[in-house]
Formats: sequence, structure tokens, C-alpha cells
Amino acid sequence: MSETILDIKDLWVIYKTDLETVHAVNGIDLRIGKGKTLGLVGETGAGKTTTALSILRLLPSNTGRVLKGSIEFHGQDILGMNDGQIHAIRGEKIAMVFQDPMTSLNPVMTVGEQIAEAIMLHNEGIVTAEVDRRVDAMLGMVGIQASRKDEYPHQFSGGMKQRVVIAMALACEPELLIADEPTTALDVTIQAQVLTMIKDLRNRLGTSMLMITHNLGIVARTCDDVAVMYAGEIVESGTVEDLFLGSRHHPYTDGLFGSIPSLTSRAARLTPIPGLMPDPSALPKGCAFEARCAKRMDICLQRHPEKATEGTHCILCHLYGEKS
Amino acid sequence: MESVTAVQPGIQTFKKQSQAKEVWRRFRKSKGAVAGLLMLSVIVFLLVFADFIAPYALATQQDLAIKLQGPSFSHLLGTDAFGRDLFARIIHGGRTSLSIAVLATISSCLLGSALGAIAGYFGGRIDSLIMRTLDIFMSIPDILFTMAVVFALGAGFINLLLALTLAYFTNYVRLVRSQVLNLAELDYVEAARAGGSGSTRIIITHILPNAMGVIIVNTTLNVAKIILYESTLSFLGLGMPPPAPEWGLLLADAREYMRVAPYLMFFPAMAIVLCATSVNLIGDGLRDALDPHLKS
Amino acid sequence: MYRYVIKRVLFLIPTILGVIFIILLTMSFTPGDPARALLGASAPQADVETLNHELGYDLPFTKKYVNYVTNMVVHQDFGTSYFTKQSVFDEIWPRYLITIKLAFLGVFLASVMGIPLGIYAAVRQYSLWDTIPSLMAFLLAAVPAFVLGMVFLFYFSLKLNWLPSYGIDSWTSYLMPAFAISIPPAAMNLRFTKSSMLESIRQDYVRTARAKGAPERVVIWKHALKNALLPVITNIGLSLGSLIAGAVVAEKLFSIPGIGSLIVDRIGYKDEPVIIAGTILIAICFTVVMLIVDLIYAWIDPRIRAKYARTKG
Repeated sequence: MSETILDIKDLWVIYKTDLETVHAVNGIDLRIGKGKTLGLVGETGAGKTTTALSILRLLPSNTGRVLKGSIEFHGQDILGMNDGQIHAIRGEKIAMVFQDPMTSLNPVMTVGEQIAEAIMLHNEGIVTAEVDRRVDAMLGMVGIQASRKDEYPHQFSGGMKQRVVIAMALACEPELLIADEPTTALDVTIQAQVLTMIKDLRNRLGTSMLMITHNLGIVARTCDDVAVMYAGEIVESGTVEDLFLGSRHHPYTDGLFGSIPSLTSRAARLTPIPGLMPDPSALPKGCAFEARCAKRMDICLQRHPEKATEGTHCILCHLYGEKS
Repeated sequence: MESVTAVQPGIQTFKKQSQAKEVWRRFRKSKGAVAGLLMLSVIVFLLVFADFIAPYALATQQDLAIKLQGPSFSHLLGTDAFGRDLFARIIHGGRTSLSIAVLATISSCLLGSALGAIAGYFGGRIDSLIMRTLDIFMSIPDILFTMAVVFALGAGFINLLLALTLAYFTNYVRLVRSQVLNLAELDYVEAARAGGSGSTRIIITHILPNAMGVIIVNTTLNVAKIILYESTLSFLGLGMPPPAPEWGLLLADAREYMRVAPYLMFFPAMAIVLCATSVNLIGDGLRDALDPHLKS
Repeated sequence: MYRYVIKRVLFLIPTILGVIFIILLTMSFTPGDPARALLGASAPQADVETLNHELGYDLPFTKKYVNYVTNMVVHQDFGTSYFTKQSVFDEIWPRYLITIKLAFLGVFLASVMGIPLGIYAAVRQYSLWDTIPSLMAFLLAAVPAFVLGMVFLFYFSLKLNWLPSYGIDSWTSYLMPAFAISIPPAAMNLRFTKSSMLESIRQDYVRTARAKGAPERVVIWKHALKNALLPVITNIGLSLGSLIAGAVVAEKLFSIPGIGSLIVDRIGYKDEPVIIAGTILIAICFTVVMLIVDLIYAWIDPRIRAKYARTKG
């Protein structure tokens, strides 16, 4: 059992606007071990990005609010830290790569300057020559010629921009890298390249990773542990073997696997999960997945399910609850 | 938004919301916008019923016996150097100012939008030609151009309207052109074209309604600008010829009597500011209502 | 980069020619003829016709246009004033410099007052630094320059007697007109800068900067501001038009001997040559300034700079 570096306990996050309150994250528990990669899977709107932003306290300050819970990094609660402490952690201990490379980089600064900034923010008194050396090294690691460091983001393609973003994130060799759908905005061929690169870097640097994605293929390739998120809750979690090879699953997970087109079967139609996720400003009292569940029972409408644990495998469903 | 066919009862569906109602709801939320609307309504009311509230005769009839009197019961805002009632003059002046402003805005909007839509949609040489000509027009400061037109054609309602239209149509060309360029690439326009719709039809039924939001906001704000601009022109003597009691003209007249009758200056000035401010409030309110993202 | 500059400068020439064309075309609709205006109502018709022919009045428009431009460029000859019967150029040139002084003062003040306040209003949104300046800017946006000017005259000249109400005898005479001209554009600059800053702060790259661990100060002043200022510069160029309108009006109001007041006065006297020349000169100055603003923008925005710097030359 490896050491846990990030421990999220009973996290609740809302977005509060004039019109409504959106319950984005509703009581989740997550644990990431040293050197391990946790995949966070779910549809758009499940609360994955909100969770990621909460870890670094990057929620939009006017609407986002952590209602309760704790996020512990090496035992220290991030939510209780002061500004100085949080700035020291961001970029240096925990780094984040966002989804859209086209807008993540500052258009009026060269890529070299932006990577250098990450280095200089966390290394007081470092000499310019050393900064340059490290910038060149990072660019080399992500496969970009060092000579391009004086170019501006708009001169790079989407895939290369994402590599720059990754270089920037890993510049200070953080312990934890949060990657929020890092390849979703890229072409399929480039996706594979960037993914391989991320894996290599992770192996080389021993970085832990939180890989947020809606693509089960990516999870299979890169993750050690998996958590499936739905309507702000973790409905199933376990190791990647539990999820892919196990026999018992949350009905939502079944639906996710079932909706992947198969190269082997000759099905005429795809089987999507019918319906849509519930409105996060008006969540149902019972199980959030009840309306779309093929295996629903009466109790699902009335009572919120409890976690059923079997070793490393947890499922939040009445099916497995009282019965086991 | 359309409703999703329900597979099972209870599954989430989207409500169909009337866009106009939504915009109006957001507009209502802004206190400033509502205040602006109220103010403007009062102003318009006064102007429309001007003849009943303060007959035109009061505005032009000279009576030297009561000249330069301050505000009183019989003359709400006082009298000017020729004994004419200031309140009446302001109201009737408002009629001219506001009607010219609105008409000029509409005509410059039509001209500019049409040119912008054509330039954006057809592209190529037509686009270059229109934009080059536009560059030249925009290189002449509006006031000089207006002065030249008024000088050449003489004063008068139509000439003033023409001058203002030519000075302000440029705003819309760039705006509509960029909207058209963005929208023309969208898939549903491609679909319409594939379905056989002609160019004009596409422009009118698909592109313009979507550009409408931006056009409306700009048009409203331009009305305020033209009100101010028109008052500047009449101050310089380039607006409607006397005895039309335009606000700018009232202020020009008031200059001489600043020492003895400062109210002659302050009341027309307040009228201008109130009018322009209420239009600006409405314009801002519309902008926020049409694009809520803009408000953090 | 030089290629871009040269390209734009060269393009200036057909633009200016186009401007002159439009001005002359508009003015050609004026009733009356030059000879009659110069010789007077009582002069014999034969003399009028001879002079008209000499002046080239009966030529087709295009020829007149070419003649005008040639005279202007080669001889600095803008014709003779109908009113004073003097050379237009001699009359206009000294006034031109005064107007330019006033206009530049106006641009400078408008930028210095509007932009920093706009930035601060965005950074300290919803605080007093935001609500008060924004409210004032909103109200002032509805006050035309000449109204401001009159109010200034009333308080500072009439009531307090601090500042002179006409002429350009001392530097104090420039104070009121400069402020009257610059306050409405300053208000516009403030609102525009504020919204540009707010927009910039909303961008993803600002979030990236925060995620790197940059303190808020750096995030705002380094990352957000640089991007926010770009459209602000363009906006200054656009506000020049209203600034010139303000200058013309201020010259008239404060009796400042600039081109603006000259044009306005001569309109009453139907002094066509002066009006044409004055309009053209101001339009040229305006075009050049707009070009300078565009070039500054192109120089600062790396996206444009890099586009033309590829051929390192």
C-alpha cells in the first residue's frame, strides 16, 4: 500500500449565482497514492473539473464555494491554507494542465517566458543562465526544439501548444499532476502522441497523476485506480482491474462500457444510456441515477444509496448495499 | 431549445423558453435599465403631447415685457431674452432633436448594415471595394463631414438627416460584416445553402436575426451619441435653422446671458444629459440582457 | 516589420487622395460660383465669366480635382478666400498649429485620466474605486463637450474669475478647453478599459498563471493588463473623431483662433475655399494619427509583429 499524498474527504462544492445554486460536488472521497495515477471518469457536467479546481483552490471566486470537507496534501488541509502557502504549492507541488490548449497560454508572452515564469516563481534567487537551461531541458523533454522558445503561442499547432502547457506544468517537477482532459481538444493522432509523452514523463519523474477524462480507453492505458463520477458523486471506485475486469458494477458504469462502439460485434445501433444527467440545481432526493437506471427499484427513488465496499472496490448503489 | 423525447417518465427534459421573454426578464433585473426606460417614457410622453402641455406659440412668441425672468408658476423654467417660455422651448426643441436622432440612427443603421451584410456575405472584390471606401469615409472626422454637407446643401431637416446618416453609417458596416463572416461559416447556413436557399434569403432569414442582438445594442447607444452630436451641431449653428428651438441653439443663445440668467443654460443642458443618460441606461441594460456572460 | 510599416504608409496616399475626392465632391453641390463670390454681386457678368474660366470653374469635376491636388501639393496653394481675398494657406497655417496643440492636449488628458482609472476600477471591482469613477464616467458620457465648456466658463471664469474666458494669451487659457474636450473621451476610455480588463481577467491563460502559483498581483498586472491594453489602444484611435468635434466646438466657445473656429465662422460667409482647405488639412492630420495608432498596436501585439518579422529584415 503506497503512501497517500492527496486525500479528499467528504467534499461538497457549490456554485452560487443570483438565480440558482448548482450542487457540483456532493460528498466525494478520493485518494491518490504516491507515484500512482487515478482516473476520474464521467460525462460532461459530472463535477470532475470542479473537483480538480478545488484541489488547487482555483474555483471562480465570485460563485464557487466549498461547503464542507477537506483536501489533505501530505496531511495538510489545502482548504485551510493561507495565500502564501497555496501559492507555494501551486505549480511546484501540485500542477494542473487544462483542457483547451488554444486558450491556456498567454498570447502576448513567448513560450520560453511562460515556462521560465513557472520556474522563477518557485526558485528565488535563481540565475538567468540556470533558468534558460531548465527551460531548454523542459522543451526538449516534450519534444520541442529549444530554439523555438522565443516564439509566441499562436505560432504553434494545438498539439504543440499542449506540450508547452505540459512542459510548463512539469517545470518544477511537481509531486502531483492534475490533467483535465488534456487530449480532448486535440486530433486523434496527436492525442496518442501526447498521451504517450505524458506517460513517459510520469514514469521518468515518478509523478502522481489525477487524469480526468470521459474516455475509458485513456483510463485503461494510463491509470492505476479509477473513480466514476456522476452528478457530483463517486458512484464507483477501485483499481483499474476492479473496473475493467470485475463482474459487479454500478449500473452507470455498465452503461458507460456498454455505450462504447465495439469493433468486433455487429450491432446495428449503439446503446447509449437514455436520458440526461439531472439538473444540478435540483437534485433528486434518492439516487441521482434512478431515472435512467435499467435496474432501478422502489427504494432508489426514496433513499440515497450507501457505499458498498469489497476490498478496493466501492460501489454506491442499493443493489449491492444491504444485500452483501 | 427543443424538448428531448422522454424514454421513461421522469427523465430530464429541457423547457422551451421564448428568447424575447428571457431577454426582457434579464433587462428588468437591472435597476438602471428600468430607470432609464421610465425616464425615457416620461420624456417621450412630454414630447408627444407637447402641444397640449405647452403650445408651440409659447415657444416662439416674443414678449419683451417678461424677458429674462427666472422660474415661476406661470413660466415653469423661466423666460429667455425675448420673453419666450423656456419650458415650452425645451419641449419643442426636444421633438426636433429626438426625432432627428432616431431617424438618423435608423437610416444609418439600415445603410450600414446592408453594406456590411453584402460585404461580409459576398466577400472578394465587392468586400474589398466596400471596405476601402469605408476606410476613406472613416478617415474624415464626422464633424467635418457633417459641416461640409450642411454647407453644401444648406440647412434643413432632410439635409441634416442625410449628413448624420453619412457620418454614422460606418459604425454598422464593420460590425455587421464581422457578424456575417462569423455566422456564414456556421453549419446551418451551409445546410440552408445545400437546401437551395438563395443568397438574399439566407441573409435575411438566417444571418440577420442572429446579428440582431449586437445591432440593437449598438443602435440604442448610437441614438444617445447622435443626440449629443446633433446638439453640438445646432450649437454651432449648423442644425435646424431658427426659430426651431433646438437644445444646442438654446445653449448658444444662453451664452450671452450667463451672468444674469444662468438657468437659461442649465435647464437645456440638463435636458440633453437626461435624455442621453436614459438612452445609455437602456442600451447598457439591453447589452447585459442579451449577453449575460459579460457581467462577470 | 518594416515592410508592414512601409506598406501602410504608402497606402496612406491613396486614402488621402480619396478623402480629398469625397470632400471636393460634397462641396461641389454648393450653389454659386467662385468668380461671383470674389468679384461681388454688382460685378458685370462678362467679368465673372472670364474669371470663372481662368479659375477653371467650367472644367469637368475630375479635372478640377486633379488641379486642386496639384496646386495643393506642388504650390501649397489652396486658393483665395472669398471673404478676405487673401491666400487661404497663409490664413490657415498658423491656426492649424494651434488646433493641433489643443487636440494633442486633449488626447493626452483623455488617456491619462481614463485608462488608469479604468484599470483600477476593474481590479477593484465593486469597491468605491469602481463604483464612483464608473458612475461619473457614465454620467459624463452623456454630457457633450460644449456643455462642459459652458459650465466651466460659468464657474471658473464668471464666478471665480480664475481662468481667462477667451483667447490664448497664457497657458491657463488652454486649461478649460483642454479639459472640456478630454473629459467625455476620458469617460469612454475608462469604461472601455474597465471592460477590456474584466474580459482579460476572465481568460483561461489568467487561470493558468494562477495555477502556476503566481500571486494575484502578478496575475493582474503582468498577464491580464498586457492583453487588455491592446484593444484600448485601438479604442483611443476611434475616440479621436469625437475629440476633434469637441475641439471645433471648444475653439468656438472659448474664442480660440484655431482651424475649427475658422471653419465654423466662414460657413456663415460662404467662404468655400477656406472650408475645403480646413477640412482637408484636419482630415489629413486625422488620418495620419490613426495610422500612427495602428502602427503602435501592430508593434505591440506580437501576433502581428511576428507575422511580418518572419523575414528578419
